[in-house]
Amino acid sequence: MFYRAHVLVEMTSGSIALGAAQLKEQLEREIARLGLQDEVKVLETGSFGAAIPSPFIAVYPDNIVYAPVSVQHVRKIVEEHLLKGRVVKELLFIGERGRDVTAFIPLSPMAKEKRVVLRNCGLIDPLNIEEYIARDGYMALAKVLTEMTPEEVIEVVKRSGLQGRGGAGFPTGLKWEFTRRAEGEEKYIVCNADEGEPGTFKDRLILEGDPHSVLEAMAIAGYAVGAREGYIYVRAEYPQSIRHLEVAIVQARERGLLGERILGTSFSFDVKIRRGAGAYVCGEETALLESIEGKRGEPRVKPPYPPQRGLWGKPTVINNVETLANIPPIILNGPEWFRGIGTPTCPGTKVFTLTGNVNTLGLVEVPMGITLRELVFEIGGGIRGGHGLKLVQTGGPSGGTMTPDLLDVPMAFDTLPRYNSALGSGALTVIDDTHCIVDVVRNFAEFFLHESCGKCTPCRVGNRRIVDILERIAKGLGTLEDLEKLSYLGHYMKATAFCGLGQAAPNPLLRCLEFFRDEFEAHVREKRCPQGICAMKPQAQPKKTLRV
Amino acid sequence: MVKVTSEMREKAQTVSLVTIYLDGREVRVPEGVTLLEACRMEGIHVPTLCHFEGLSPWGGCRMCVVEVEGQPNLVASCVTQVRGGMRIWTSSKKVREARKTNLELLLSNHPLDCQLCDRNGSCELQSLAYQFGIREIRFQGERKVYEVDQSSPSIKRDPNRCILCGRCVRTCREIQTVCAIDFANRGFETVISPSLGLPLGESVCVNCGQCILACPTGALSEVSHVEMVWDAINDPQKFVILQTAPAVRVSIGEPFGLPPGTVTTGKMVAAFRRLGFDRVFDTNFAADLTIIEEGHEFIARLQQGGKLPLITSCSPGWIKFMEHFYPELMENVSTCKSPQQMFGAVAKTYYAQKLGIDPKDMVVVSIMPCTAKKFECQRDEMRASGFQDVDFSLTTREAARMLQEKGIDLKEMPEEDFDDPLGISTGAAAVFGATGGVMEAALRSVYEILTGKTLEKVDFYSVRGMDGVKEATVEINGMEIHVAVAHGLGNARKVLDEVKAGRSKYHFIEIMACPGGCIGGGGQPIPTNLEIRMKRIEAIYQVDRSLPLRKSHENPAIKRLYEEFLGEPNGERAHHLLHTHYVPRERM
Amino acid sequence: MSLVYQDVEAVIAKYREEKTPLLCILEEVQEKWGYLPRDVLGYIAQRLEIPSSTVYGVATFYAFLETKPVGKYVIRVCRSAPCHVRGAMNVLETLKKELGIREGETTRDGKFTLEVTSCLGVCGVAPAMMINDVTYGNLTEDRIREVLAFYRD
Repeated sequence: MFYRAHVLVEMTSGSIALGAAQLKEQLEREIARLGLQDEVKVLETGSFGAAIPSPFIAVYPDNIVYAPVSVQHVRKIVEEHLLKGRVVKELLFIGERGRDVTAFIPLSPMAKEKRVVLRNCGLIDPLNIEEYIARDGYMALAKVLTEMTPEEVIEVVKRSGLQGRGGAGFPTGLKWEFTRRAEGEEKYIVCNADEGEPGTFKDRLILEGDPHSVLEAMAIAGYAVGAREGYIYVRAEYPQSIRHLEVAIVQARERGLLGERILGTSFSFDVKIRRGAGAYVCGEETALLESIEGKRGEPRVKPPYPPQRGLWGKPTVINNVETLANIPPIILNGPEWFRGIGTPTCPGTKVFTLTGNVNTLGLVEVPMGITLRELVFEIGGGIRGGHGLKLVQTGGPSGGTMTPDLLDVPMAFDTLPRYNSALGSGALTVIDDTHCIVDVVRNFAEFFLHESCGKCTPCRVGNRRIVDILERIAKGLGTLEDLEKLSYLGHYMKATAFCGLGQAAPNPLLRCLEFFRDEFEAHVREKRCPQGICAMKPQAQPKKTLRV
Repeated sequence: MVKVTSEMREKAQTVSLVTIYLDGREVRVPEGVTLLEACRMEGIHVPTLCHFEGLSPWGGCRMCVVEVEGQPNLVASCVTQVRGGMRIWTSSKKVREARKTNLELLLSNHPLDCQLCDRNGSCELQSLAYQFGIREIRFQGERKVYEVDQSSPSIKRDPNRCILCGRCVRTCREIQTVCAIDFANRGFETVISPSLGLPLGESVCVNCGQCILACPTGALSEVSHVEMVWDAINDPQKFVILQTAPAVRVSIGEPFGLPPGTVTTGKMVAAFRRLGFDRVFDTNFAADLTIIEEGHEFIARLQQGGKLPLITSCSPGWIKFMEHFYPELMENVSTCKSPQQMFGAVAKTYYAQKLGIDPKDMVVVSIMPCTAKKFECQRDEMRASGFQDVDFSLTTREAARMLQEKGIDLKEMPEEDFDDPLGISTGAAAVFGATGGVMEAALRSVYEILTGKTLEKVDFYSVRGMDGVKEATVEINGMEIHVAVAHGLGNARKVLDEVKAGRSKYHFIEIMACPGGCIGGGGQPIPTNLEIRMKRIEAIYQVDRSLPLRKSHENPAIKRLYEEFLGEPNGERAHHLLHTHYVPRERM
Repeated sequence: MSLVYQDVEAVIAKYREEKTPLLCILEEVQEKWGYLPRDVLGYIAQRLEIPSSTVYGVATFYAFLETKPVGKYVIRVCRSAPCHVRGAMNVLETLKKELGIREGETTRDGKFTLEVTSCLGVCGVAPAMMINDVTYGNLTEDRIREVLAFYRD
């Protein structure tokens, strides 16, 4: 059937949280009411990132974007635009610097953006494999299966310089090579979609907006290392990602792009979804494996590393969603193309998620090496309410704490550690100067207290004691000695904890103790919270006896 | 503390060596050992809490961290293998501070009332705190307060004292394959919990008490019968008689400073006589009786085509394990009661009659190397005399403490003999205390009863020792009798699965719940480790060799018991008093 | 066999081919029954031949698995930093006031359970919460009341 117009509705967890599902229903109702259902088709699409506020509606082929839209706008858009062909000017999305929205396609949503992994997000219907294929989807898989040996694939990935986007920045090609060389018939590809770092939601938007890019990459990884089976471990908080993946897997199987003898070659590969159940620690790769194995998500002793002994003891590649989404373009465009993006030591793009007290929230993909100033003040449009910047937490609580003095440091895996910071997952939580540092640090510490698996003493008890001390300080009961204790505990945990979670937990605390010393001291010396956030007065806590 | 074992020495001889620098000294250690092992080989006993001999490494307590040059963080030596050229520092400032902080953090969530704790004096957390000179706890804050779980007849759980090292969990899972307990919840809320969060008494726990031996603190201990026994002793109306298990005489010296493996039979008798028991008897007497009954049961099954293999029934931990996990093998298990229960039944009938005492005024106390005996003596099936046949069962540890309370030093005691007649026993009964012992004792008698010939070589070496599963074949009257011995329930499982699958060739199987048999029981002095187990086993065979009679059927007191009271082995009266039945239990 | 066990059987059958399906089964059984009753955990343990202590250990490890009864709608309020700095505490306070319960509790009519949780990954619309598996963002007092009204009917 021929439709004269397609209307795309952004359907992601974020937009659904703002009523996108009702929006779509209303749209369909209004279209039917006016009898346009055979002329106009309503489709779903993923997020377009920070460039367009949620939820948005795009009308093709007119290339018109309305954003943000709510249910009460629908009647007008349908009656005016879809029926009468008149653009509803007051609802039009006004892009960067008032740019004409009809220039929306071909895409160049923001001057600084460079889309590699988000190449299809917000443009295609993720529930329709045809749309992915139409944009060169599965061509990289076809290329590796018909033109390349596994060794050549690994060589290309190695030469591209791609580093793991989950946060650690380990060279992806090396990981694949170790796994390929490891002995054993059975090997696995695991996609880590347990995106638990607070402030991070890039993987969700990739899975919701372009699930096939990850499936294709997993199949390529499978071919490269000699694996027949892949698992995507998706956190329980992402039901929409799981639904889109389920549809994508079925569609890929139907077209022979997953399953037995892919594209008629001798290569077989299939993907299964495993859902998490609410445990941040499962983002740690060995804890994730334990979880897939149906156990408590406690990290394993390393070595052996997963490429030697991973899932069910077999050699296993574990890659992050964003890492994988980079693979098909690298295969198609070559490693030199990829190295041409970003910095020489850290090539490619990075998806950042802007959260917190910034004007424009959302995700944005930019070349590595961009500065925080560009991200927060240009792309993010500055601090909300005209306040000053206090800090930006990068990569979630376990990442780095960037204070205003670091605004011009290039953001890359290799540069930030020099400033005791880290790129991590790419989350940017912007915190303005109306917030109290004790309150902020306590929030981070409570996160780790809640998410510690409890296996090792430093993390299990250490996080508890850090929160205890911060609570005392917030009640005005802290002492100068408490500040020393915090610092001592922080250094001890870093050096002694079992896994990365426990070792990283004190990072924000240690950095803030140093940088915001005055503010901490005001709490303990003067019993005063400069921002007026902390209660500064004790409350009695009831005692409980628990049975186990 | 784990000593350098012969296995480690062997490793050192056959495996190539690498050079490492330990606290600045160049040393050569075998490739593939952990840093912890390497340190121990060099005489540095790096402190540990979650590490435990025979269990998989855990790496959670972080007590054993050391500094490895070139690594930004400390490494847990228990889970890190040596690499040539490594430079390791085991007591640098960073290491000492980390270990001290570990201890302080553990103590900050621990009741600091050592005087009120069962493990006062044998607690690893307490000794480490002493060794590290902990004088204050810098990090105070929220503490968890839990109810003490007293639901089990054998084992008391006090989660407040638990430091979450997981040694009990791994013992229960890896050694015993019972899996009655596991970690539950997470983070600071983590606890060790019995199945489904139910009390331990409602779980599949078999009461073996190996978890108590593994526990570094007082989180796990036996349910105490000490007060009840004192009350009985101090009650002039009560005639209180004691039986002591075969394994107790080779271990009770340890709490008094005697080296493991010291035989203290005579001193032990003297000590408990002074504690105030009216008679001091021997469970070994009943062990001989068990052999007569079980030997005849075996012969009957063999000759009449009864259910084989016959499996021994002396170990109450094993019996409960069978009831939970192998109810289909119930008919294979001997109907004989354990020696403890045979003793009780005989004492409250035969002996009470002999003395003219009303059995209701008689209190039978046992001293056992075992915690499951507390459960066993309370079973409904164990009231053949019309009363609870055994009233109280003390562990070796409790018994030693009672002596200490009264001020009796076992070392100083003279050698005295057990009372007559329930104190007379043979070497065959003595070996009950070690793995393979029941089998060996049974074979000594069965051979002679079946062939009518004297058995010249009474030592069956092939069923002795610490191998998990041992086998032997004995020719009797031209027939090959295949026997197997398993100790530790994980080892038992291997044999039982074969039997269940119909692949087993055995006629007779001995199973003991605890590694090493009763000398390694959950009621034994702490520490109980491989080395100590082996010394106690040596002592057991020393007792056997020292006795004039070494076959149960030669025990004159047993012969008299049948003549005067029981009649025939496996006869009606014997059956009523000395045999029992089992109940299938839920597997969850 | 009671209904719940029939359901459990169906779920177990669905994962028959899977190597280690425990977590999948627990999640799916909970989806249907709201929480994981002790007997059901025991039943699953028996059917999978996994010690029940292990099953219980897994069921209590994960924040989204419930071993105690919960309301028909489980409200999970994100308390991670991106929501925190955009007023998550107000969200929690409003919910407490509206529902008359504290975190970890269930309303007397069995309709709502209030919990706090770590990042839901919708920081672009912070502050946010999840009700069962639907996420709500840009929460204000009015919007919270609106959403609750929807579930109350």
